[in-house]
Amino acid sequence: MSHALASGMGGIRTTGDLVARMQLRKKMRLPQAKQYVADKLKVGLDDLADSTVMRALREELDIGVITAVPGARKGIEAKRNIAALLDVEVPCLKRL
Amino acid sequence: MSTIRTRMGDGYVVELTPEELRADLRAGCADAVKRGKVPPLEEAELDYLYELFAYKGRIVGVEPGHEVILTKDGSVNTLYSAQLSSGVGLPLSREQCMRVFERAFCFDTMEIGHPDYSYKPVKPIVALEAVGVEQALLTTIFPVFYGAMPNFGLYAQPDGPFPNPADLLPRGRIEEAREAQMLMADACKADMLYVARHMADVGADGINFDTTASAGDAELLAVLETVEELAATTDLAIEVGMAAEFVLGFHGQLEYKGTRLAGLWPHQQVKLVEQAGAHLFGPVVNTNSRKSTPWNVARAVSIVKECSRVAEIPIHANVGMGVGGVPMFEVPPPDVLTRCSAAMVEIGRVDGL
Repeated sequence: MSHALASGMGGIRTTGDLVARMQLRKKMRLPQAKQYVADKLKVGLDDLADSTVMRALREELDIGVITAVPGARKGIEAKRNIAALLDVEVPCLKRL
Repeated sequence: MSTIRTRMGDGYVVELTPEELRADLRAGCADAVKRGKVPPLEEAELDYLYELFAYKGRIVGVEPGHEVILTKDGSVNTLYSAQLSSGVGLPLSREQCMRVFERAFCFDTMEIGHPDYSYKPVKPIVALEAVGVEQALLTTIFPVFYGAMPNFGLYAQPDGPFPNPADLLPRGRIEEAREAQMLMADACKADMLYVARHMADVGADGINFDTTASAGDAELLAVLETVEELAATTDLAIEVGMAAEFVLGFHGQLEYKGTRLAGLWPHQQVKLVEQAGAHLFGPVVNTNSRKSTPWNVARAVSIVKECSRVAEIPIHANVGMGVGGVPMFEVPPPDVLTRCSAAMVEIGRVDGL
């Protein structure tokens, strides 16, 4: 928890899960992974960890939001949209 | 004279004068240079560490825009398991814990792992573990790893089938000890591959080999060979997290692609992990509980900074209990833990923690 507050990107509250996927799938170092996600989302680098910006954008893109919103994509549904948005493989989607 | 409140490497509070704080930072860095054969920190970096520890506020963090990715070893055991995993014993299932880490704690990734967090005990119940991963994958959005430890010691008698090198070596039976370690490595590798392939089949995002090389160079070799095979045959993202700052030469003669494994430090370990095909590397720097946290942090970031400089894959430094400058105590105090966190990012230049 201390790390999450001090240094973490914030997961699905912001774009931490998206940047993480670029590290995992493409072995991107952090600056490259952040730039890639920023370009795909058409936002600035400073917006990536900004929950005010990303809460609205994530709902607009339907890639999963932190609060429990009825009708918003969740779980594997959201990951399908993430895979398309980032042009990256999400392994569990091969089950669908 | 005003003093600066910080902690020792065992977690207990200590008051340092400004001069003592600067001296500890320089001494920790110097120890890293001497033992780890890494370059010293720059003056500006030492100044940053001084300001970090001199700041009176309890909680600190990185500059906005410098946030990094969190991966976690030990999985969600932290919530539902017992003291053996530093767990708090909540009556939650693993699937519930995953949702808590994703939505309440806002982690960027998470692991599923077994309470007995080693590949050998997981092998016979891999079906249960795979179902746990499947269910997490259906209901979560962030990347899901499966994690466990090679835990080489489980393959030696009395826990495993092979003669125990720790018994053979003191008796001077060096060749037998080496032979036993190679048999252990084969068995350990078979178990790791078996489990990892099941996780790949159900669509896990990644696999984590935690505390790699806890029993030395033979264990590291088993992990590297496992990584190589998985990288070539699955779509798993592979994380290799170390157990200690340098590799013990328990065998002493093992090499991987022409590099001797015994005695490697993080900036050397990462190059082999890269060659094997891993996606993330988690270096460790051990905490000296008799030294102050500033001493330990300066030492840790000096070593990790060099590792990060030479790396071509993301570096997720281990910054938990007893590593990365964090005090060796069951409940790491957030006042110094957040300082370790910020220092590792701002000076260590890591891609994650």
